[in-house]
Amino acid sequence: MMKILIIVPAYNEEESLPGALRDLRASLPSADVLVVNDGSTDSTGKIACESGVKALHLPFNLGIGGAMQAGYRYAEQYGYDIAMQFDGDGQHLGKEIDKLVKPLLMGESDLVIGSRFLLPGTYRASLFRMIGIRIFSFIISRILGTPVTDSTSGFRAANRRVIEFFSRTYPDDYPEVEALVLLHKARLRITEVAVAMGERTGGVSSITPIRSVYYMVKVLLAIFIDLLKKVR
Amino acid sequence: MDVIKILAVIGSAAVLVVVIELIRRGRLKEKYSLLWLAAGSILLILSASRELLEYLSHLVGIYYAPSFLFLLAFLFLLLITLHFSVVISGLSEKNKRMAQELALLRQELRELAARVTDKREGRS
Repeated sequence: MMKILIIVPAYNEEESLPGALRDLRASLPSADVLVVNDGSTDSTGKIACESGVKALHLPFNLGIGGAMQAGYRYAEQYGYDIAMQFDGDGQHLGKEIDKLVKPLLMGESDLVIGSRFLLPGTYRASLFRMIGIRIFSFIISRILGTPVTDSTSGFRAANRRVIEFFSRTYPDDYPEVEALVLLHKARLRITEVAVAMGERTGGVSSITPIRSVYYMVKVLLAIFIDLLKKVR
Repeated sequence: MDVIKILAVIGSAAVLVVVIELIRRGRLKEKYSLLWLAAGSILLILSASRELLEYLSHLVGIYYAPSFLFLLAFLFLLLITLHFSVVISGLSEKNKRMAQELALLRQELRELAARVTDKREGRS
């Protein structure tokens, strides 16, 4: 029996977290759920404690990278075979998790990304955001040598080798795209599967219009620095 | 003696005195003082000896010797700030690890505490 850990990074997600946890309990009762409360100032921590799931409470806000790495380190310490990232804002759906886990169970891949863009779907985003996602996907596809359509997707599942890698090395902020480059350098396999995503049910995206320019520049720079980095 | 020389000697001597005093009082760790001490000493020697300064600046093709002094001071500051950036990066990585470790330990403690209460109440 494979031990699966679902990591839910949460920073001030009191509105949407209860729904996400209900969804997970209903669709995957056998998996363990770990909320990583990234120094929230609202009742996120309390919700996590009272809902009976496992929870890591970071003493202050580390950002999504540090929070996810805390989750991967938990998975590493407690011998989980598979660790998922599952955002608690309602965009990720519990019923789609099986699709991500399957290629890992079959040994076909080390990291599986759930992509919004493989299905002719209804996903809409601002023009600027779409351009950004396209640019990243183009660069990442070139670097990896395989097409990646949704490199910024946070809906992903990792096997034991990736869990061990991430608990040693994980990018700090805006980690999704960078993590793929690092995994590729470590010769780990990355694949994508088509998933449906829901609408955000609460909170706001951490990427505001002003920040998105910084986001683009920072991630692009980081990708090229990562290519030069030594990877253990 | 020209004014620039007096100023340079006083300036670099002051740097040395302040750095040494900070180390003596334990406000500055030796590890982080090495670059400051090196900068202070070299600038002091070069300010005091016009001949050496002239010789070295001509060697690198600078014909107004005091500007060689400024160049050196500038390079030292650059080196020191770069050193700080490296140190800060190391510290922030350690800080992150520590925060993660703390959260992991807290969860472990909570799980252990739950197990202990379960046992006491004869539930497992």
